[in-house]
Amino acid sequence: MAQVKYSKEHEWIRVEGDIGVVGISDYAQQQLGDVVYVELPAIGKKVTKGGEAAVVESVKAASEVYAPVAGEVVAVNDQLTANPALINSSPQGDGWFLKLKLANKGELGDLMDEAAYAKFVAGLS
Amino acid sequence: MTAAETLSRTPLHALHQALGGKLVPFAGYEMPVQYPAGILAEHLHCRAAAALFDVSHMGQARLEGADAAAALETLAPGDFTGLALRHTRYSLFTNEEGGILDDFMTTNCGDHLFLVVNAACKAADIAHLRARIGGKVRITELADRALLALQGPQAVAVMARLLPAAATMKFMTFATGKLDGAECFLTRSGYTGEDGYEISIPNAAAERVARLLLAQPEVKPAGLGARDSLRLEAGLCLYGHDIDTATSPVEANLSWAIAKRRRATGGFPGAARILKELADGPKRLRVGIQPEGRAPAREHTPIVDRNGATLGEVTSGGFGPTVGGPVAMGYVSAKAAAVGATVQLVVRDVPRPARVVALPFVKPRYYRG
Repeated sequence: MAQVKYSKEHEWIRVEGDIGVVGISDYAQQQLGDVVYVELPAIGKKVTKGGEAAVVESVKAASEVYAPVAGEVVAVNDQLTANPALINSSPQGDGWFLKLKLANKGELGDLMDEAAYAKFVAGLS
Repeated sequence: MTAAETLSRTPLHALHQALGGKLVPFAGYEMPVQYPAGILAEHLHCRAAAALFDVSHMGQARLEGADAAAALETLAPGDFTGLALRHTRYSLFTNEEGGILDDFMTTNCGDHLFLVVNAACKAADIAHLRARIGGKVRITELADRALLALQGPQAVAVMARLLPAAATMKFMTFATGKLDGAECFLTRSGYTGEDGYEISIPNAAAERVARLLLAQPEVKPAGLGARDSLRLEAGLCLYGHDIDTATSPVEANLSWAIAKRRRATGGFPGAARILKELADGPKRLRVGIQPEGRAPAREHTPIVDRNGATLGEVTSGGFGPTVGGPVAMGYVSAKAAAVGATVQLVVRDVPRPARVVALPFVKPRYYRG
């Protein structure tokens, strides 16, 4: 069964085998507001844990999307380019950003599970 | 120290909370950046119907005295002595170096001038007025009044229902009237590029009048986020971003706000530089910039030529909901300021093509009768 983990920067990663699908949480999309532009990395780009993986822009501001764990980008969600609003309407479904081939699965242990993340968000007021 | 302890609140603060507004610090006030509908929907609703903005953080002042208009002319390049009764003008306080201290609206109300200035500048503006013309002019800050902006093509239908005399006012004119019994100062003006009104009302009546306006079927609340994207599409300057003490009115492409008579007579702060720039042209100019791709170019984005040499920087930029893509304005050196010129915007270290375009991005729909 795929496990979903969350970073304190509000990215999620759903791991299937050695591939992780990465996106931003519902809380993050609510904070951003209407997403109008996304910049996705090149396939093959190597990202470090906590390093910049993508850019997401709302009407108001640009924000970085950080890689929750290290890895190599093996796929990006091209649908977001034409329809960035998918990030608002389906942040943990059709609004995924990219797929990473994980460099070190052990890093997943540093992330929060669903319950811990819900608690973390509740504490942010 | 928390923000809530240090920020001022407008008389509509409780209403913003009741409407689910997302409150953020702005110019010393706790203001709604958006409501639950979001910036995009609020922006589009303003262009399609009517939006209500709380702009009570802005400063309102009354200048009284026989010489008030002449005295104001010593601080700004407008023709205030020639301003017709119940007419409103946009103008600028300039400094001795020809930079801009603030931009403001002034109305000839007969026995006084009514001024509306920016929130972030209001304390300095009032101090400046008192120091420079306080001996001749009685200056009263109207801190007891709130300010609402009702903007959009259906604003007139709303006012026709609630205050019929307002429906026939022309753009940049003034009237008084009553909304739900509250004494209002109305100007047919705004800062969105749409037809609409700015409505000054006593603080005590502000929430009642705002609720009355919001109860009209055309009207929805809009926050500062939509106000910013609307004014950007309308090509209007935001003080502290597109204009400041380092930019002259000529560089800012606001020469239209320098009255014809004042070009001949001068007599306003910084006239030497400003009149020279009018005659010889400025070294740099505020222009509209249309990115060719989809990436928004935000404030401080470097503008360079095809060889990477600096031309200037973006002073306001983002996504234009009505345009449906990125829009920006900024300063470029005069040689690169021609409409149609190609430039590069350096966003996240990558130069991206853009064009200099005429402002505004969205054609204004002011009511001129």
